[in-house]
Amino acid sequence: MKPSQPPPPLWVRIFTLALLAALLATPAVMRRFSPDTASAASSSAPAALARYGFVLTESARESGIDFVHQAPNLDSRLAPIMPEVASMGAAVSIVDFDRDGWDDLYVTNSGEGSKNHLYRNLGNGKFEDVAEKLGIADVNKPGTGVSMGAIWGDFDNDGYEDLFLYKWGRPLLYHNDGGKGFTLVKDAGLPAWVNANSAVWLDYDRDGKLDLLLNGYYDEKLDLWHIPNTRIMPDSFEYATNGGRKYLFHNLGRGRFEDVTAKVGLNSHRWALAAGAADLRGTGYPDIFIANDYGVSEIFANDRGKSFHEIAKQTGVGAAPKSGMNVAFGDVMNQGRFAVYVSNISKEGVLIQGNNLWIPRAGTSGDNLAFDNLAHDMGVEVGGWSFGAQFGDLNNDGTLDLFLTNGYVSLSRDADYWYDFSKVAVGNSSIISDASNWPPVAGRSHSGYEHKRVWINDGAGRFADVAQAVGVTDTHDGRSVATADFENRGALDVVVANQKGPLLLYKNSVNPANHWIEFELEGTKSNRSAIGAEVRCYWSGQQQLQQVSGASGFCAQNSRRLHFGLGKGARIEKVVIRWPSGREQKLESPQLDRLNKVKEPS
Amino acid sequence: MKQDITAPPAFVGQSAAVAATKAPAKPAAPKVFGIDQRYVAPIFITLILLVGHISAGILESPIKTLSAIASAMVVEIVLHWLHNRKFPFLASAYITGISVGILIRSPALWPYIVCSAIAITSKYAIRVNGKHIWNPSNFAIAMMLFLASYTVASLSIQWSNSVYALMVIWIAGGIIIARLKRLHITLTYVASFLVFALFRTAIAPHANGFLHTFGSEVAPITGPMYQLFIFFMITDPPTTVKGHRAQMLVAFLIALVECGLRLTGSFFAIHAPYYALFTVGPIANLVQMAWAARRKRAPVAAPATA
Repeated sequence: MKPSQPPPPLWVRIFTLALLAALLATPAVMRRFSPDTASAASSSAPAALARYGFVLTESARESGIDFVHQAPNLDSRLAPIMPEVASMGAAVSIVDFDRDGWDDLYVTNSGEGSKNHLYRNLGNGKFEDVAEKLGIADVNKPGTGVSMGAIWGDFDNDGYEDLFLYKWGRPLLYHNDGGKGFTLVKDAGLPAWVNANSAVWLDYDRDGKLDLLLNGYYDEKLDLWHIPNTRIMPDSFEYATNGGRKYLFHNLGRGRFEDVTAKVGLNSHRWALAAGAADLRGTGYPDIFIANDYGVSEIFANDRGKSFHEIAKQTGVGAAPKSGMNVAFGDVMNQGRFAVYVSNISKEGVLIQGNNLWIPRAGTSGDNLAFDNLAHDMGVEVGGWSFGAQFGDLNNDGTLDLFLTNGYVSLSRDADYWYDFSKVAVGNSSIISDASNWPPVAGRSHSGYEHKRVWINDGAGRFADVAQAVGVTDTHDGRSVATADFENRGALDVVVANQKGPLLLYKNSVNPANHWIEFELEGTKSNRSAIGAEVRCYWSGQQQLQQVSGASGFCAQNSRRLHFGLGKGARIEKVVIRWPSGREQKLESPQLDRLNKVKEPS
Repeated sequence: MKQDITAPPAFVGQSAAVAATKAPAKPAAPKVFGIDQRYVAPIFITLILLVGHISAGILESPIKTLSAIASAMVVEIVLHWLHNRKFPFLASAYITGISVGILIRSPALWPYIVCSAIAITSKYAIRVNGKHIWNPSNFAIAMMLFLASYTVASLSIQWSNSVYALMVIWIAGGIIIARLKRLHITLTYVASFLVFALFRTAIAPHANGFLHTFGSEVAPITGPMYQLFIFFMITDPPTTVKGHRAQMLVAFLIALVECGLRLTGSFFAIHAPYYALFTVGPIANLVQMAWAARRKRAPVAAPATA
C-alpha cells in the first residue's frame, strides 16, 4: 500500500472474501442443477414402466443371438496402441431381407477370418443366423480387409434389399436374390480398397435409383495390415485433413456405379466417422451431413442433384472442431424439421467436447439455413466417449427419445490411458501423426466401462437420462445402435453392437395405453426402398417428421419402417408423405396401432 | 512495504508488460517497439487470439471469450472501486478475461464468467502483506479444473496442424518477453521442461524407441496452452519472486513439480503445469517474504548483541 492509501473498510474485505467463496461454490451449485447429471437411479421394471412408460430388457441370448465381436490385428508396428487404432468395426443394421414381414438384423465382425452374422427373425421372439447359408458371412478373409459396417438398399428396384458392406479393405456389394441368397456384384465400379467407417444409400439426383456415398477414415492408400511406415495417424487432433477421401457413386443401373465425387464437388479428406442424408434445407433434395473425427462436421448442400457445396461453417455447424462419431436426424421438437445429433468425447476433467444437438433455427432454410447447438440446454450434451445414437419414441408418448451408447477401450479398471493420450493429442502434427510417438496402451482403459444414456424427451425441450432405471445397465464399449420393432407390436426395440463385446438386444415393453402407428413405404417412381421419403404425421394438434433412411447413427441403419408414438387418446388428423420423386401423398385415415403399408401412387 | 493495490495495471497476473506499468499517471511509461509498455501484453495476447482463431478457429464461441473478458472487467471495476475508490486501468482485467477465454474449455457459458470473476476477486481477497501470492488466472483456472471438472477442461488442442502459427507465436513471444526482461524465466522453464522430459523418457518403457518416447513427452510443450503458460503466466511480475536467480529457481521448481505430477499419471497430471504453478508460486512468494522480513529484522538485532 502507498502510505497515503487507507486500507479498505472491513465490510469491503468481508464482502470480497464472501464473493470469492460464493464464486468457488458456484460449480457445485451448477452441477446440482445441471440437466446432464440428473440421471434416474435404478428401479424395478414395474416401477420404471409406470414412471417412464417403458422398460428395456436385454434378451440377446434368450432370443438366440450369441454374437461376440472380434477386433482386427493390424500391422505389428501398431501393436503398442492396437486397442486405440483397432477400435471400430462392431456394427448393426436392420433389414427385412426376405420380406416375410419381420425385421432381421445383420451384424459385422472385424477379426481376420471372422464371420458376419445375419440373424433372421423367426417371428416368435427368436432369431437364427443364416449368414453362412446365404453367403454373406465369410467376408473378412485375410488380405481383403475386415468389416466396419453394412447398409441395405434395393439398388436394382427388384423389391429385395441389397447389401453394401464397407470395410477397412475391399468394399463389397451383394445382390439379394429374392431373399434366398446373396450374389457378389462384380464390376460394380467400386474401388479396390477403402478404409471406410460410414456409407449411406441415397438418391441424390432423384432419378429413382439408389446412389451410394462412401466415406474414408484412414487414407485409402493404406493397407492397415502392411503400412509403409507409422505416419498414418491424423495430423492434428482437431484440424486433421489427411484422412480418407469421399466417394459418391451414381447408380447407372444394372449393378453399375459411376464415381462422380469430383464432378459433384465432394472434396474432403477429413476423417469421416458417420454420415447421413436428409433434406435439411427444404429443397426436396437430400443434403449430406458428415461427422468427422479430428475436425469439424461438414454439410454438403445438394444443388438439385447436379452438385454439392459445403455449407457447414455458415450454418454454425462447422465452427468448432470436435470428434464427430454419429449423425442421427430427429424431429425432437415436433416442429416438422430435423435436428441432427452428433456425438463427441466428454471426459471429466480432461476433455469436455460435449455432444451436439443441432436444432434448425426458426425461419431459416435453403441457403440461409442456420443451426443452434442446444445439447446443453436440452440435457443431451455429456455422454462420455459417445459413439452411436438413435432417435426413437421408446415410450410411445409422441416425442422422440434418444438412445446413446459409449465407451472407448475397457481394459484395466485400475489404469487409465487418458494422460498419455492427452500428451500426444496436443502435439504438433509431426508428433501426433506418427503412431510410434503414441505411448503404449499397455492394458490401460481409455474412457472404458461407461454408463449408457437413454434420454427421454419431455416434449417441452428437456431430456432426462433414465438408462439405469429402465434397464440399460451394460458398460461394454458400445459402437453401433439401431432400432426396430422386432415383434410387430408397436414398440421400438434397440440393438447395440459392442466392440470386442456381445451384441445386445434390448427388448422394449411399453405402456399399452400409449398409441402408435407405423408405416412401411414402397417406391414406384422413387427408389423402391423409399429411402429419402418423408412422412409427416399430424395427430391431436401435433406433428412429427420422420424419414426412411439409408444409414443413421454410427455404422448403423434402423428399420425402414417408420414408427410414431402418439400418446394417450390420440386421433390421427392426417399423414402426408413426400416421396423421393417429389410427389406428395396424403393419407386421410391410416390405421392406428397398426403397421400401414403404403405404395407410391404411380 | 505493501504493494499498492490501487496501481492501475491491477496485475491480474499474466503479463510482464502490464506488470511493468505501475501507474498510468506516470508521465512517460516505458516503451517497447515504440508502444506504451502497458499495451504490449494486451496487444500481444489479442494477436495470439486472432492468429489462432483465423488460422484454426480456436474460439469455439466468441461469445464465451467476450463473456470472460466482460466478466473480468466488470468485477475489476466493482472491486477496484470498492477497495480504492478509483476507476481501474483495465488492461490486466482484459488479459485475464482473454486468457480465461482461451485457456478453459467448456460447452457451458457460465464457467467462463465465473472463472474470470474468481481470478479478479482472488487478487483482492487473498493477499499477504498487500501482495497477491497466486497468479490470479492460474488460481482461477486450477480451481475450475478441480471444482468444475464435470464441465471444464483446459485448452488441449493445437492452434492448427500448421507449424507456421506455432513459429509465429514462439518468435514473437520470445522477442517481446526479451524486451520486457523476462526471457530468463521462460528459457529456464523450457530448458527444465526438456530436461525433465528426458528424465521421464529415460525411466519409461520404450516400446517404440527412445526418440519416439521422448517425442510424446515433449509433445505438450508444442501446444498452445504452453505458449500462453510460459509467456503470460509464469512471467507475471506481481506474483513472481524478485531477483533473476530466484525467478529462475522458481521456474525450475515449477517444472520439477510438474514433472512429479506427470509421473503420477493421475488427474493432476493432465493439467500438471497449472497445478505446479498453483503450488510453487505462492510458496515461493511466502518464502521470499519471510526471508525479506528476516533480513529486515537482522540489522536491528545486530547492535543489541554487539
